[in-house]
Amino acid sequence: MITMKNVCKSYKVARRNAGLKQACKSLFHREYETIHALSDVSFTIGDGEMVGYIGPNGAGKSSTIKILSGILTPDSGTCDVNGRVPWKNRMQHVKNIGVVFGQKSQLWWDVPVIDSFELLRDIYSIPEELYHTNLEELQELLDLKQLLRTPTRQLSLGQRMRCEIAASLLHSPDLLFLDEPTIGLDAVSKLAVREFILKRNETHKTTVILTTHDMQDIEALTKRIILIGKGQILLDGSLGDIKEGNATIDETVAQLYRSYNI
Amino acid sequence: MEKKKCGLQLYIHYISINVRSMMQYKSSFVLTVIGQFLVSFNVFLGIYFMFQRFHQVKGYTYSEVLLCFSIMLMEFSLAECFARGFDTFSTMVKKGEFDRVMVRPRNEILQVLGSKFELTRIGRMLQAIVMFIYGIACSEIQWTVAKVLTIVFMLVGGMALFTGIFLIYAALCFFTLDGLEFMNVLTDGAREYGKYPIGVYGKRMVQICTFIVPYALVQYYPFLYLLGRRTSGVYVVLPLLAILFMFPCYGLWRVGVRHYKSSGS
Repeated sequence: MITMKNVCKSYKVARRNAGLKQACKSLFHREYETIHALSDVSFTIGDGEMVGYIGPNGAGKSSTIKILSGILTPDSGTCDVNGRVPWKNRMQHVKNIGVVFGQKSQLWWDVPVIDSFELLRDIYSIPEELYHTNLEELQELLDLKQLLRTPTRQLSLGQRMRCEIAASLLHSPDLLFLDEPTIGLDAVSKLAVREFILKRNETHKTTVILTTHDMQDIEALTKRIILIGKGQILLDGSLGDIKEGNATIDETVAQLYRSYNI
Repeated sequence: MEKKKCGLQLYIHYISINVRSMMQYKSSFVLTVIGQFLVSFNVFLGIYFMFQRFHQVKGYTYSEVLLCFSIMLMEFSLAECFARGFDTFSTMVKKGEFDRVMVRPRNEILQVLGSKFELTRIGRMLQAIVMFIYGIACSEIQWTVAKVLTIVFMLVGGMALFTGIFLIYAALCFFTLDGLEFMNVLTDGAREYGKYPIGVYGKRMVQICTFIVPYALVQYYPFLYLLGRRTSGVYVVLPLLAILFMFPCYGLWRVGVRHYKSSGS
């Protein structure tokens, strides 16, 4: 169970105009602008739920994920993930979550994937038996058999993403964050990843929070979407509610963005 | 205790995966090791030619200076080999890879240290060992158990000191998001100046290097003991005091992590 209540977060960002002269000026005097990344964000997500967290770039999606995973401390508000406050007891918290950043790899670049997995086994202190069962299962479902002995740098993007997802599930977390897991993947890989996530959620009751710009992901995976724009939750409901007639999902969401002017 | 053991095991695992990564680029490794060796060899030549003209520097002979320099170089190379992760930390913060560290249930420092071992520093270490052996062979030091112990303590203390400096360097990256070149004065600079016992640079310098950044604790004072110019046993354990330097460095690191958690990158 995840509860976020009235969470606010703002950043100070240095601003300057273009040009060398302005750059020099900003060395001495900087103008700061406060950006409200999150203002008064509240939501609840139940155990085993799959939620699509969507919004345009810069809406505050990553900030929310970072707060929920204990990387950032919010300015105000409370947050509770299965009885833990993420940023207060980081170590305890992160033992039970898995995070996939679509754009950042967590595998060691030059060594076979299995070496990275074994390092993760030690990082999370996964008992030997559990590690083998999990590896066996993930290898089966994600079709990794051939990949595990290949160095990461020689994998295609789709192959790598499958390995990334496996890597963040080795310690059987009960909460999984997926940050753009299908970015840049071809159709086959996309389908494979989606199918796997669905299955995982079904069999392990893993709670999944998915951020993505690919609306087909959302359509395929989640019943519930939370829409965030300019740091505020604008909509929390099911896809069926917002879909009008025969409009495609992309049109629906674009319409949604327009109507909220974000 | 169990946890400590686990941490050590993970650390060894990190070393092993670093070695495996490096073995992918064999020729690059070999060339860098040779390069490292030659760079230090250059410095050695510098000292050699200097002593061709002047036979003493402030009362220190050629072999004594070599001994002094080689010990300093070993301290530095060891620290650089194991604490290299701090040195490349600015890229880690800039690229947002530190987020990954934060979502893993392990001490942050252990993970950053584990992210990179610079084994190519073996080249520099090798050069240091050659000079060290040469220095010992030529000097007229009367070896005792206490003196051998002094050298061991110098290596431990010196490694701690340089690791501490690297840690400051990394901690500052949380605020600046970029490496700070001027910090190199404290690392590479110290290594170069450390050729000569700090005493030759005058009293003011010795004071700074005793109380502010305690290089003198791992170089000058114990070195005097080695040469037999001081006899008090205090000088043997003095290098270990340098380990205390790590505490404020660690404090700064904690502040940095807290800053990161509140502002992101």
